[in-house]
Amino acid sequence: MSTSYAAHADDHHHHGPDPGLLRWVFTTNHKDIGTLYLWFALIMFFVGGFLAMGIRAELFKPGLQLLDPHLFNQFTTMHALIMIFGAIMPAFVGFANWLVPMMVGAPDMALPRLNNWSFWLLPFAFTLLIGTFFLPGGAPAAGWTMYPPLVLQGGANVAFMIFAVHIMGISSIMGAINIIVTILNMRAPGMTLLRMPLFVWTWLITAFLLIAAMPVLAGAVTMLLTDKFFGTSFFNAAGGGDPVMFQHVFWFFGHPEVYILILPAFGIISQIIPTFARKPLFGYESMVYATASIAFISFIVWAHHMFTVGMPLSGELFFMYTTMLIAVPTGVKVFNWIATMWRGSMTFETPMLWAIAFVVLFTIGGFSGLMLAITPVDFQYHDTYFVVAHFHYVLVTGAIFAIIGGVYYWLPKWTGHMYDETLGKWHFWISTISVNVLFFPQHFLGLAGMPRRIPDYAVQFTDWNMVSSIGGFVFGLSQLMFLYIVVQTIRGGEKVTERVWEGAHGLEWTLASPPPYHTFEEPPHVTEAEAHG
Amino acid sequence: MMTAAPRSDRTTAARANRRTAGRLAVVVLAMFGFGYALVPLYDVLCEITGLGGRTGVVAANALDGEVDTSRTIKVQFLGTVSSRLPWEFHPTVASMEVHPGQVYETTYFAKNLSPAATIGQARPSVAPSIASLHFNKTECFCFVEQEFAPGEARDMPVRFVLSRDLPAEISTVTLSYTFFNSRQTG
Ligand code: HEM
Ligand SMILES: [Cu+2]
Repeated sequence: MSTSYAAHADDHHHHGPDPGLLRWVFTTNHKDIGTLYLWFALIMFFVGGFLAMGIRAELFKPGLQLLDPHLFNQFTTMHALIMIFGAIMPAFVGFANWLVPMMVGAPDMALPRLNNWSFWLLPFAFTLLIGTFFLPGGAPAAGWTMYPPLVLQGGANVAFMIFAVHIMGISSIMGAINIIVTILNMRAPGMTLLRMPLFVWTWLITAFLLIAAMPVLAGAVTMLLTDKFFGTSFFNAAGGGDPVMFQHVFWFFGHPEVYILILPAFGIISQIIPTFARKPLFGYESMVYATASIAFISFIVWAHHMFTVGMPLSGELFFMYTTMLIAVPTGVKVFNWIATMWRGSMTFETPMLWAIAFVVLFTIGGFSGLMLAITPVDFQYHDTYFVVAHFHYVLVTGAIFAIIGGVYYWLPKWTGHMYDETLGKWHFWISTISVNVLFFPQHFLGLAGMPRRIPDYAVQFTDWNMVSSIGGFVFGLSQLMFLYIVVQTIRGGEKVTERVWEGAHGLEWTLASPPPYHTFEEPPHVTEAEAHG
Repeated sequence: MMTAAPRSDRTTAARANRRTAGRLAVVVLAMFGFGYALVPLYDVLCEITGLGGRTGVVAANALDGEVDTSRTIKVQFLGTVSSRLPWEFHPTVASMEVHPGQVYETTYFAKNLSPAATIGQARPSVAPSIASLHFNKTECFCFVEQEFAPGEARDMPVRFVLSRDLPAEISTVTLSYTFFNSRQTG
């Protein structure tokens, strides 16, 4: 690492990036790498979105029209894998790269070389994964949860998928280590732990979740690999193994994973709301403790995904109560966001609109989660569209809305230009209305008994599926507006001040917009006023 | 740990960063190991709780011979064959009425339908799973692999006993076997 510091010392003279495209390949600059991550995430968002359009087109009416069932299954499986591991997680890492050093007053990430590596693994992982569409037998089709024995019947794609999961796992583990080290070791004088912006806190906790959960996923898929190719019998009943055990190992990773997908979103929202309510975040410390307890509890609730496998009553009760317990710290957060807005002098710029929609719509997802947590009713809802509605409310109107809101919030800082406020508002309203048209009817479909992961359905489900598909097409197309607005803002626009937003607080807003290539070479001194407004 | 290392001494800072990263890498390795440790932990848990419906084995002479004739339990038998095993396989009787404590014998019929010799391995499962803690076998074709010549057919015995402390609310127990092709996995 000492060499990279030497490289830094060299940069000192010209204070700018290397010219040419190779800059992006060799860069160890946290801002460059943040940009790479964000672009990668956006591309994957459109690839995953394309698959979603295919799914909704097939489900527009009963019968098989566009995709044969096997291809349909490939679409659902790949849609989930790409959105989770390719869009949401890299987008959050992109935010962390751009913002964590600037928020804690550090010159860069702690391990810049490792940072370059973490990013550049991703294009390889996803080339491997998406390439499986062109293999004989096609892409993985057994669902993103990869349950054996079904997943092992996948042919050649199994090895590719597992290898891709390994690579992206290594990438996110390295990214997480980098973030933890930066936060623990590189804070500027005066930036005590309890002065850190909430985005930094939520990422610190997310990074710990990552290093605890991703290795377990790596273990689970390695067991799949050896079961398939090397004759072990971890999940093979004939050899004395048990396929249900895969579900336990997978969800031991899987539930913390859903919090990996939402905690940084909590952080982004906790930055946006105080800015536009012009009030400090209500209950800062309780936010920190709530985040930490959510993270802790997330390791003891995994079997709520498997209530129907045949657990003893005591197990079902345990997992039901612990799952419901998570709603308590989550409720604390929602309460604090609302209390922050209470009697604030609020304005409704585009980032704030996304943040408010997040609070409302994520909470709907939390409520359907609570319904699913009730064991006896989960027997009815499990594997229906109700579950699909639940996790899309928390992931799309939760994680994705926070990401889009965060981009509107920090894009002027990153580029030095204001985005087009009118277009931004149009993007918001079209997305918010269409996303509800898309996902709300899926609650009804699920309650009426429509199973998830099927290409065809009984005719009584037709109406709501049509409505849902129309919402889906509008939502999908309206994201092209987002691409247009982002590109337009990068290329030009009204110049913004350092502070950008009147009510913004935190070290990143003390830097020029756009910030110079190297920032905080000399650590700033952090005061309570700048930290918490 | 508390505040940033002085920037003037960059190598010290870099060393501290590497040390922290190294510690975190140990956590990563430990969690990878933990994923694997879940496998035996899971087995132990199933052993203790009877989850997964694995049945117990007892030696015939370890039984005290006392029979609880006040209770009659219906034991149902099921047999399934994996799609990769070209066998016919089913119980010879569908169910029996038994008293806890008494040893019973029944048979399963299997026939190799393929023109080649094949080896199968049966896996038992008992439902409800809580009953599996009280379902013991003194002899079973599932204890060892079964080799069948082309076209060979035979009846295979199972000797079992329900223990007298079978929970009172249980009146029906199902024993099911699945025959797998033990020479081909995955
Ligand atoms: C109050 C909080 C929450 C509760 C009580 C809750 C509860 C549940 C339950 C019980 C299930 C299993 C349903 C079934 O398969 O039958 C489930 C599924 C799911 N939840 Fe949540 N959840 C909560 C929040 C979240 C959040 C924040 C996320 C992600 C950001 C999330 C993502 C998911 C996903 C992806 C699935 C489906 C996984 C699959 O089977 O493919 N949930 N949730
Ligand atoms: Cu969960």
